[in-house]
Amino acid sequence: MINRIQSLGANTIAFVQSLGYSGVFLFYSLWGIPNLRTGFPLLLKQLYSVGVLSLVIIVVSGTFIGMVLGLQGFTILSDFGTENALGQLVALSLVREMAPVVTGLLFAGRAGSALTAEIGLMKATEQLASMEMIGVDPLRRIVAPRLLAGFIAMPILTAIFCAAGIWGGYLVGVEWLGLYEGAFWANMQSAVSFQHDVLNGILKGFIFGIAITWIAVLQGYQSEPTSEGISIATTKTVVHASLAVLALDFILTAIMFGDF
Amino acid sequence: MTQSEQNLIEIRDLRFSRGDRTIFDGINMDIQRGKVTAIMGPSGCGKTTLLRLIGSQIKPDSGDIWLGSQNIPRLKRKKLFELRKQIGMLFQSGALFTDLNIYENVAFPLRIHTDLPDDMIHDLVLMKLHAVGLRGARDLMPSELSGGMARRAALARAMALDPQMIMYDEPFAGQDPISMGVLVRLIRLLNQAVGITSVIVSHDLQETASIADYIYVIADGKVIGEGTPEKVMNDRSAMVHQFTHGTADGPVPFHFPAPDYRQDIMDLEGV
Repeated sequence: MINRIQSLGANTIAFVQSLGYSGVFLFYSLWGIPNLRTGFPLLLKQLYSVGVLSLVIIVVSGTFIGMVLGLQGFTILSDFGTENALGQLVALSLVREMAPVVTGLLFAGRAGSALTAEIGLMKATEQLASMEMIGVDPLRRIVAPRLLAGFIAMPILTAIFCAAGIWGGYLVGVEWLGLYEGAFWANMQSAVSFQHDVLNGILKGFIFGIAITWIAVLQGYQSEPTSEGISIATTKTVVHASLAVLALDFILTAIMFGDF
Repeated sequence: MTQSEQNLIEIRDLRFSRGDRTIFDGINMDIQRGKVTAIMGPSGCGKTTLLRLIGSQIKPDSGDIWLGSQNIPRLKRKKLFELRKQIGMLFQSGALFTDLNIYENVAFPLRIHTDLPDDMIHDLVLMKLHAVGLRGARDLMPSELSGGMARRAALARAMALDPQMIMYDEPFAGQDPISMGVLVRLIRLLNQAVGITSVIVSHDLQETASIADYIYVIADGKVIGEGTPEKVMNDRSAMVHQFTHGTADGPVPFHFPAPDYRQDIMDLEGV
């Protein structure tokens, strides 16, 4: 019994310590954003790496998810004779939930794992240590641009996912299944509020971006400098970031769209 | 010049442990200004750890490392990064930045810490690379270099800012005889011509003894011998003698702590 209480206490202390470390890590990284002249090229490079290189998977996934939504929605709605509401269904599902969540999961798998592996490998090959010894803080030079790039890229990717998904729904609903185009767009326009739906969806994407990138760079920075250590850190990034996205989505949905 | 002014670094009662294993148990050392100081000892005795403690990449459990009036382990983060500009370090693996070519690796500290124009940086980088024989390899990526060449390129980067002190972690390991000869001369030359204080961590006895002004031998978490190369090579104490003559039997254990050999072999229950 005493051992269990002791173990619970030790785990709680370790958890609080790791939370504290994560907070300090984020603070030092963001506090130490490099100046515009040296920092901007680094940020651009990372935006390309985490944002532009994730575009293909985001656009393709968005299109297919939109197509599936269009197909499923049309089948169900037509049972009730309300297939004209397809545009509204596709847009609201995507903007409020599917786009931020699926973009977050894909981003964690594509960009998050790459960030962890890259920083972990830099640690294992002593590049971070040598940078410190040259008098350059790796938190400013390596971590800060990657964090910022993740914060900026995620909401933009979420918006692109939405656009691709709506286009996918349009292809299936209007071009393939013959729904009247005017009804598709008009219903969507009347049902989707820019402030309530679109901005909240993008805000979700931004918050997921913070969580995913934070987890990814922290895992890389804390990884054991061995091949096994990097492998474990990369797996942890994908698992922790995916769970964080799903848990945060529930909380954010309750705050943004909950009517109680 | 007082004793304290002669020393660039003074290590006092330094203690450091990893888990239950004590790495340093109250060691004291003086790194003299403008001299080549070698830290020698068997593998795993903590030589590289000592360099990391001096560079404050890890913190000691207790004790002081003084550089002038600054106690390195107690320095705040910002001051520490300022201080590191005066200390170059050559890592065992080279630790070149893999996304930059050799030229950019050497130019990196100059671009970060100085406002020199590009043409001056160009000249400085080529001078440093020429000194280590890699001027022609400036456009290669680190992955295209052999281990020895990578370490020479890293040396060019370590001396880019003309630091007060360079710490060399196993500089001779894995070098062919020509490169080793060049490196030995280069370390000596840097020391004599520019007055750079050098700290060499190595277990290559002959090469290190040939250029060192002072040698510390560490084992079992303590300094077991120190002095000029001649004094250390002729030291009759059992521990130093075992190290300088490379014998397995002696007070410095060759084997990692283990149960009795016969008992271990005969004990089949654990299989």
